[in-house]
Amino acid sequence: MKVLMKGNEALAEAAVRAGCRYFFGYPITPQTEISEYLARRLPGAGGVFLQAESEVAAINMVYGAAGAGARVMTSSSGPGISLKQEGISYIAGAELPCVIVNIMRGGPGLGGIQPSQSDYFQATRGGGHGDYRLPVLAPSNVQELVDLTCLAFDLADEYRTPVLILGDGILGQMMEAVELPPVRAAAPEKTWATTGCRGRAKNVITSFFMDAADLERHNLRLQEKYRAISAREARGESYLTGDAGVLVVAFGSTARIAKAAVRAARAEGIAAGLFRPVTLWPFPAELLNRAALQAGAVLTVEMNYGQMVEDVRLALDCRLPVHFYGRGGGMVPGVGEIFREIVKLGGETRERCRVKPA
Amino acid sequence: MSAAVSSRPETLTGAPFHYCPGCTHGIIHRLVAEVVDELGLREKAVGVASVGCSVIAYNYLDMDMQQAAHGRAPAVATGIKRVLPDRLVFTYQGDGDLASIGLAETVHAAARGEKITVIFINNANYGMTGGQLAPTTLPGQVTSTSPGGRDVDKMGYPIRMMEMLATLDGPAYLARVSTHSPAQIAKTRRAVKRAFEAQMKGLGFSMVEILCTCPTNWGLKPVEAMKWLEENMLPYYPPGEYKVAEGV
Amino acid sequence: MLEEILVAGFGGQGVLLTGHLLAYAGMLENREVAWIPSYGAEMRGGTAHCTTIISDEEIFSPVVEQFSSALIFNRPSLHKFEKRIKPGGLLLFNSSLIREYPQRSDIRLFPVPANELAARAGLDRAANMVMLGGFLEATGLLSPDSVIKALEKVISPHRRHTLPANRQAMLEGSRAVRTIARQCKAG
Repeated sequence: MKVLMKGNEALAEAAVRAGCRYFFGYPITPQTEISEYLARRLPGAGGVFLQAESEVAAINMVYGAAGAGARVMTSSSGPGISLKQEGISYIAGAELPCVIVNIMRGGPGLGGIQPSQSDYFQATRGGGHGDYRLPVLAPSNVQELVDLTCLAFDLADEYRTPVLILGDGILGQMMEAVELPPVRAAAPEKTWATTGCRGRAKNVITSFFMDAADLERHNLRLQEKYRAISAREARGESYLTGDAGVLVVAFGSTARIAKAAVRAARAEGIAAGLFRPVTLWPFPAELLNRAALQAGAVLTVEMNYGQMVEDVRLALDCRLPVHFYGRGGGMVPGVGEIFREIVKLGGETRERCRVKPA
Repeated sequence: MSAAVSSRPETLTGAPFHYCPGCTHGIIHRLVAEVVDELGLREKAVGVASVGCSVIAYNYLDMDMQQAAHGRAPAVATGIKRVLPDRLVFTYQGDGDLASIGLAETVHAAARGEKITVIFINNANYGMTGGQLAPTTLPGQVTSTSPGGRDVDKMGYPIRMMEMLATLDGPAYLARVSTHSPAQIAKTRRAVKRAFEAQMKGLGFSMVEILCTCPTNWGLKPVEAMKWLEENMLPYYPPGEYKVAEGV
Repeated sequence: MLEEILVAGFGGQGVLLTGHLLAYAGMLENREVAWIPSYGAEMRGGTAHCTTIISDEEIFSPVVEQFSSALIFNRPSLHKFEKRIKPGGLLLFNSSLIREYPQRSDIRLFPVPANELAARAGLDRAANMVMLGGFLEATGLLSPDSVIKALEKVISPHRRHTLPANRQAMLEGSRAVRTIARQCKAG
């Protein structure tokens, strides 16, 4: 049975159903409903909600709880995620599984509270110090906020890595009908966790390697893990790409707006299509190339001034002209604006872009 | 019991300490290990090492341990304790870690009455990075970043953690002890035991501040360092129990 | 079918709830629905508004430039949103609080004295339900029963006794719109 839920609350409920019983967070718009929901929900589910004294403390509480073997989550928005980067780097270094949510708002600095996608670089390039990556999932509707939250916990445990859910203010605040998953059994036991060394040798969780050779070995192992994630976990969605002469690439809520623009372009006889990366890291380069087989031009649309477009160019290896359209600061690109950009490109590459009569 | 006194506590791995001659970290590691043994908690303990000279305390203590980011040990310990409320969870932190970069985490863990224990090593300087000005460096004390001595006009005053935290309702046990004499070391052992017991009874936050020597960075011989601690640190940081909640 | 509905007014008028009920009722009738609030500082000053989208197909853009219908509860909202209604669209406005007539001549206009009618239904706070009843009468988009069912789900327990008055308020709204429609035909 479907229920009507706000994105932030649906995400929070999904986390509980995925076995998350510990949440450490700090209030910041537009994601505070996640904290508020879990403050009501977790104590009754045998879990702990704790409002930390700071974003920095919250992510370090996540470190401790993850190290103790729990499924644990924290959430914030841009300015708070910046503060958490130290902890995220340590969590990646110590190979602890956890889920971090960024419901993005406009920046830089204090910026504003309206939706944005300007933390793409921060999310996909690691964000903190050191050579690390973390899976980044980009939901584009409330149902996906639920499904990808469950996936995030599974990926985190499977690869012993922090996983980032990158949403935005629109997704967090909007309500849609969602199917919630059943409540899952407790997370699998983690033999490496620090729970007290009864009946076994001690476990140590650390990201510290005094000896350079040891640290290099540790890094090589991490890189191997990142390669495995890249090979197996890239996800994306293609919409009308089979014959698309103009391929639009967008993620998150922007992809929905772009989808409407693609449909409008089709109605005008322009063979437009949409490719939507669901994982931003690993970036689904292969899937994008497949979606772009018939394309004469690519248009990347983002709620920022051009971040994912760099990955699109890298993935296409300069084979195609890649254009960019974006709005920032909390302004959201409209269907009409994107439609006009598609029409412009459709005109430039007219030959390849008309819908062929059946 | 003389045989027991000279044998190695089960909770120590036996790895030789890397600490400088005359440094009292080794003594405190041993005291912590002895108390854990005495309380029978080795298999129920999770320690948190911090950033500082004791960063690899987990090489010496034979128990489950996590290594925390600089200053964040009380937050990490909070995360562990909330998941495993019946375990002994403690941090081992120096003065720069605890009273400077991690002051917020320390104060808030104490204010929440977080049921963890903090072992706080106060040696009046940043030891690991080579003896810089710490929040606990005494007025006039020379360090590599206060080469003319700590000028309180420009660098402010040292922080007395015990006195500050004693104003809060969250802590159950707060004590300052020292390592400059065998009698003081015995007191230190008792304080650590009381702190662990307070935690295991679920009474609240507990912390033991231990005044320590750092002969290398102080530029003194070990024996001189003991004397310097006694003459200079004790008057500024008076030992004693600053808070003992009912039931401790 | 794709209805993109704006509800706008000031805080306390039940603006967000009105949009929420529309979305909920749409879900009960197995439509695709989305509800998008304005959030932030705007919620406490000027106008509060939300968009409810009801569709037979997957909803793409949650961001609407031109609305097919608008329920406008106060004057500042009229000024802000009148131009964003599609030609041929519908504007239902609370004529208890909006004493001027909208400028647009290319849309269907329904002035509903929502405050007076709510008072008549015995629940001053139910002006939004009057507007909802009027909107459903004008569009036939959803059954009023679905909205009442939705209200039963979202209303807090200590307000349950107001359900009959809320239902009455919806009836007042639909009656007002029926009267206007008849006058239009006659005129």
